[in-house]
Amino acid sequence: MADKHKHVDEVSGVETTGHEWDGIRELNNPMPRWWVYSFYATIIWAIGYAVAYPSWPMLTEATKGVLGYSSRAEVSAELANAKAAQAGNLERIAASTVEDIMADPELRQFAIAAGASVFKVNCAQCHGSGAAGGKGFPNLNDDEWLWGGKPEEIYQTIAHGVRHQGDGETRVSEMPAFADMLAPEELRATAAYVVSLTGTPSNPALVEPGKQLFADNCASCHGADAKGSREFGAPNLADAIWLKGEGEQAIVDQMRSPKHGVMPAWLQRIGDPVVKELAVFVHSLGGGE
Amino acid sequence: MKHTVEMVVLAVGAFLALVGAGFAQDRLFGAHMWILFFMLLGGTLVLMRRVDFRPAVAGHRALQTEYFDEVVKYGVIATVFWGVVGFLVGVVVALQLAFPDLNVEPWFNFGRMRPLHTSAVIFAFGGNALIATSFYVVQRTSRARLFGGDLGWFVFWGYQLFIVLAATGYLLGITQSREYAEPEWYVDLWLTIVWVAYLVAFMGTILKRKEPHIYVANWFYLGFIVTIAMLHVVNNLAVPVSFLGSKSYSAFAGVQDALTQWWYGHNAVGFFLTAGFLAMMYYFIPKQVNRPVYSYRLSIIHFWALIFMYIWAGPHHLHYTALPDWAQTLGMVFSVMLWMPSWGGMINGLMTLSGAWDKVRTDPIVRMMVMAVAFYGMATFEGPMMSIKAVNSLSHYTDWTIGHVHSGALGWNGLITFGAIYYLVPKLWNRERLYSLQMVNWHFWLATLGIVVYAATMWVAGIQQGLMWREYDDQGFLVYSFAESVAAMFPYYIMRAAGGALFLAGALVMAFNVTMTILGRVRDEGAALDAAPLPAPAE
Repeated sequence: MADKHKHVDEVSGVETTGHEWDGIRELNNPMPRWWVYSFYATIIWAIGYAVAYPSWPMLTEATKGVLGYSSRAEVSAELANAKAAQAGNLERIAASTVEDIMADPELRQFAIAAGASVFKVNCAQCHGSGAAGGKGFPNLNDDEWLWGGKPEEIYQTIAHGVRHQGDGETRVSEMPAFADMLAPEELRATAAYVVSLTGTPSNPALVEPGKQLFADNCASCHGADAKGSREFGAPNLADAIWLKGEGEQAIVDQMRSPKHGVMPAWLQRIGDPVVKELAVFVHSLGGGE
Repeated sequence: MKHTVEMVVLAVGAFLALVGAGFAQDRLFGAHMWILFFMLLGGTLVLMRRVDFRPAVAGHRALQTEYFDEVVKYGVIATVFWGVVGFLVGVVVALQLAFPDLNVEPWFNFGRMRPLHTSAVIFAFGGNALIATSFYVVQRTSRARLFGGDLGWFVFWGYQLFIVLAATGYLLGITQSREYAEPEWYVDLWLTIVWVAYLVAFMGTILKRKEPHIYVANWFYLGFIVTIAMLHVVNNLAVPVSFLGSKSYSAFAGVQDALTQWWYGHNAVGFFLTAGFLAMMYYFIPKQVNRPVYSYRLSIIHFWALIFMYIWAGPHHLHYTALPDWAQTLGMVFSVMLWMPSWGGMINGLMTLSGAWDKVRTDPIVRMMVMAVAFYGMATFEGPMMSIKAVNSLSHYTDWTIGHVHSGALGWNGLITFGAIYYLVPKLWNRERLYSLQMVNWHFWLATLGIVVYAATMWVAGIQQGLMWREYDDQGFLVYSFAESVAAMFPYYIMRAAGGALFLAGALVMAFNVTMTILGRVRDEGAALDAAPLPAPAE
């Protein structure tokens, strides 16, 4: 219908295609030149890229492209470069004992950097990104060690874990539940004594009987001086560091029905050299012995 | 109206849902069937109450020749409603990322709320906008009533049923874990039926058109409907564990599965959010500014180039993965070649304003549409750039991608839909003008500011994330753990939520404005705005 009479738009002076839909017309403008040439340029670039890089699937494999690029080769090259940049340090760590690493300043520095990186991925979930721990998770920056703060002791703890089922060398200890052995008032008295070692108990009259209860029931693991024993992983109770919670009630709760933390054994998961790096790193945090 | 057939079908459907609930193989399927049962029962009751026993009046046939606009009205209301819901859930999930305590287990955790947000905005808000505007546009540009009689009603209500089943399924924990295609097999089958009905109604209207040519908007609508049907069917090919159970297994596995998923996922963007919304642009911009489309030749070339190129671009979602190198090359070069075909739409949209640029100043609806096209141009430049492998190695998996998606979704899809709604509401409800043009202006600034805050924040966040993930110290070890990069995002996540809240506030202003317009109220806004040129009537 409208095709026969070409219509010219008054505002622009451009002819329309002559069609009209619900009052909408279309101008017969050419495509913008810059648009057309940019479109051509992207097509030419695409062809060039397809020649240079793997692009065309054949029966068994794709064309390789004149540059011979492959993402697998790229990853291998990057890994090889990273390894070369570490100047054989990884091999040296694998061949050394923890003491050897500690004795070689350059290697120790490298192990600390490696350990810090591994720590962020594997340990920070429980011990925190600053290794300051939290309730139930030991702080690794201070001098209090449940199982020992020498490099080889730290190595042993990381490698085999704590109470990790399925690892024969894991660190094991268990505090008995005193709910059935001590009366509630005896539990409170013992807690009052423990608190008195570092602070002020709520009822000083309980301290004397508590001291005797402690000597009878607790000293065998925590020591007569309450300074703990690394042999049993028994915490030092004569300092102001509390793993399971602070205050008399927390101490009573722990005696009545003790909580026992678990740490995985890492040797099988991350391998001996990485455990060494972690041990050197944790040792370097401030509390190392 | 007697609605006999409809009532019987709904009642039988309700009965079958009840049977499905009774014999369900798993608890979730049972819960879903109960939801379906109550919805179908409710539908049956509503129809029963509307039965009219008066004899059919003589004017009935005359009514048939007019445009079928009642369903478009429902579609516009549904668009506004689902838009507000989708944006609200978006703000909630943004806050959940900043404050993990807001994850309420088990139904309202991030994992279930996130697909609720994406599906609500893409399929409920965007889908209703596309269905409603396509029904409006195809009738007017074909000068024909919508094909299929009450088929339009079936498409509308069937689509709402799909939305409710999908949304409740996500919260219950029913998902096939395919991004943007999370609904399980039975909901997919239902959507397929609805979508074929949609295609029949749309195609039928074009076939019985009284215009010699098919208008460009209808090419885009048709391209969108046909391609979405194909993508939906292929990507959702799956074998149900039981026909009375909610679990199914995909027909694809491994890297083929990933490629099928992103062939679907990227073309959902390409055909749902680009082609479909370009169709809206091609009708509503010329109508609102009352100027001819800038270039017919550009429209035809960029249409075919867009349709041809888009379908190959999906593999760029899988750079540096197990996907073979040749397929990564394919995805990347087609994405780059897609740049100009995408911009063809922007040029045609913006240049249609030549001779009427003053309307950007005087008409807030035109301003909204122009901003939409500007965001479209920006997002379709950013997309090809991010598909380049060197850029992608930094941007992939970071919040940059989220920012890119939202500058497209909020900026382009959101604003062009708002513009179309503001155009449609006074026309559909026969009002002289909108309740308030000042509120449109408020909506424009709230939305634009929200998008700018959102996108800019996510650029910075994404680039910082990417740089943190790849930072090595001089000994060759990673400097940051993943958790540290998450912690570093906190301030950006707060700002992102604030940007989203601005956008939501704009949508609430629109919902109020639209409601008042439908109620027939007109706000006295002084001479300045009353004098603003109103869109000239079409005929």
